[in-house]
Amino acid sequence: MPKITYIEHNGKSHSVEVPNELSVMEGAVHNNIPGIDADCGGACACATCHVYVDEKWFNKLGKKTDAEQDMLDMAFQPNEFSRLACQITVKDELDGLVVKMPSKQA
Amino acid sequence: MIKTDALVVGAGPVGLFVVHQLGIIGLKAEVVDNLDRIGGQCIELYPDKPIYDIPAIPECTGEGLTNSLLDQIKPFKPNFHLNERVQSVVKEKDNWKVTTSKNKIFVTPNVIIAGGVGSFEPRKFLTKGIEKFENKEVFYSVKDKNFFKNKKVCIFGGGDSALDWAIELSKISEVVLIHRRNEFRGAENSAQIAKKLEKDGKLQIKTPYQIDSLEGENKLTGIIIKSEDGKTEKISTDYILGFFGLIMKLGPIAEWGLNLDKKTIPVNTENFQTNKKGIFAIGDICSYPGKLKLILSGFHEGALAARACFKLAKPSETYRFEYTTVSKSMQERLGVKKSD
Ligand SMILES: Cc1cc2nc3c(=O)[nH]c(=O)nc-3n(C[C@H](O)[C@H](O)[C@H](O)COP(=O)(O)OP(=O)(O)OC[C@H]3O[C@@H](n4cnc5c(N)ncnc54)[C@H](O)[C@@H]3O)c2cc1C
Ligand code: FES
Repeated sequence: MPKITYIEHNGKSHSVEVPNELSVMEGAVHNNIPGIDADCGGACACATCHVYVDEKWFNKLGKKTDAEQDMLDMAFQPNEFSRLACQITVKDELDGLVVKMPSKQA
Repeated sequence: MIKTDALVVGAGPVGLFVVHQLGIIGLKAEVVDNLDRIGGQCIELYPDKPIYDIPAIPECTGEGLTNSLLDQIKPFKPNFHLNERVQSVVKEKDNWKVTTSKNKIFVTPNVIIAGGVGSFEPRKFLTKGIEKFENKEVFYSVKDKNFFKNKKVCIFGGGDSALDWAIELSKISEVVLIHRRNEFRGAENSAQIAKKLEKDGKLQIKTPYQIDSLEGENKLTGIIIKSEDGKTEKISTDYILGFFGLIMKLGPIAEWGLNLDKKTIPVNTENFQTNKKGIFAIGDICSYPGKLKLILSGFHEGALAARACFKLAKPSETYRFEYTTVSKSMQERLGVKKSD
């Protein structure tokens, strides 16, 4: 199972195995990792699952949809490596993925 | 003061359907929602998107579902109190006294919380120190545009509200429109108009910039904006407006003495009552083992909660299970009974 590392804003790191086909958001929520709220349950409608993807990994993720880009506008302090965790699907190629959480989600 | 059999917090699909379930067993409901319109997530987040899993409706949109639900509850003439948030719920003898943000008071034996993920509120600037300027120099909506006349206003956002207000206010104010990307996601036509106004010197556009920090002691005097590559710029301004859409906030619900599990309210699945007698939670906001955040689950939850409300609203009467197909009293309440 791919291993995903979530780093809280305070630096606390959580590495967990997340089954393929789940989203990176679900990986955090199922493991009770703080820092990802996911108020809309993964419908790309709340921007409270915002993460900064590690630079090395960013280009390995698929392209953002327009809908995700629009929602990211609403996130807190997005940058060029920002993604919505509910829009990233876990697969074998993402084994080792590192994402950081912002200081707040909303 | 308004007396009612049940007060419903939230006019989302689940809040609407429980009005029906209360109505057919003869209970009157009042509905309060913080939004300015009826429909909850369906109307606010996906009015035009399709839903395929409402029983017996192969396909409908968020708006279509809301309209059908409103149609279905029309016979019960529920009162909607929109633009009002339920602030407090306190015990008063055998009733609950419910107070809204507009100081409206309801007295009822039953409070049904169908509050979804919380009340929809404008998404705010999260810049340090912003609170002390909010509602003075910092706003998230425009109540009276003349308030900004002949003043300098910085408008943040890339959607329709930001574009529309930038265009409108540019007629009477000095406007700077600031957005974190070069593309605007509002209507193409509005983006064109804004760009034309910029060319004509009637409006300034700053992209890709975000707010970085604030200037001013007791009064906001200016802001610093920052681009992705770290470039900063200082802008002196009278007001700033942020249009970042809406966010769901649990808000006052957390202060009513109910047990909470993260942002949800655990319930007894026999009647969807919370840890307080006469306070029920249904729809996305309730939690129990196996809970699915689906509209259809919320409908079932409402059906059971409504029956439990009956006992508290009409303690001296006996509740009888009936089918709408054959029940004369239900059909009378629905206004469909044919005289035979
Ligand atoms: C993009 C998207 C697609 C979806 N697709 C589907 C689908 O296909 N099928 C499906 O079954 N579900 C779907 N859902 C989920 C579905 O929309 C929710 O399950 C449903 O809206 C929950 O209804 P509700 O009435 O419990 O709450 P909501 O719809 O969230 O409504 C709650 C209302 O309560 C109000 N409120 C909260 N607190 C207060 C307060 N203190 N005072 C006043 N008002 C308050 C809020 O303002 C809000 O209007 C989808 C959700 C999204 C975001
Ligand atoms: S969970 Fe809401 S946008 Fe990702």
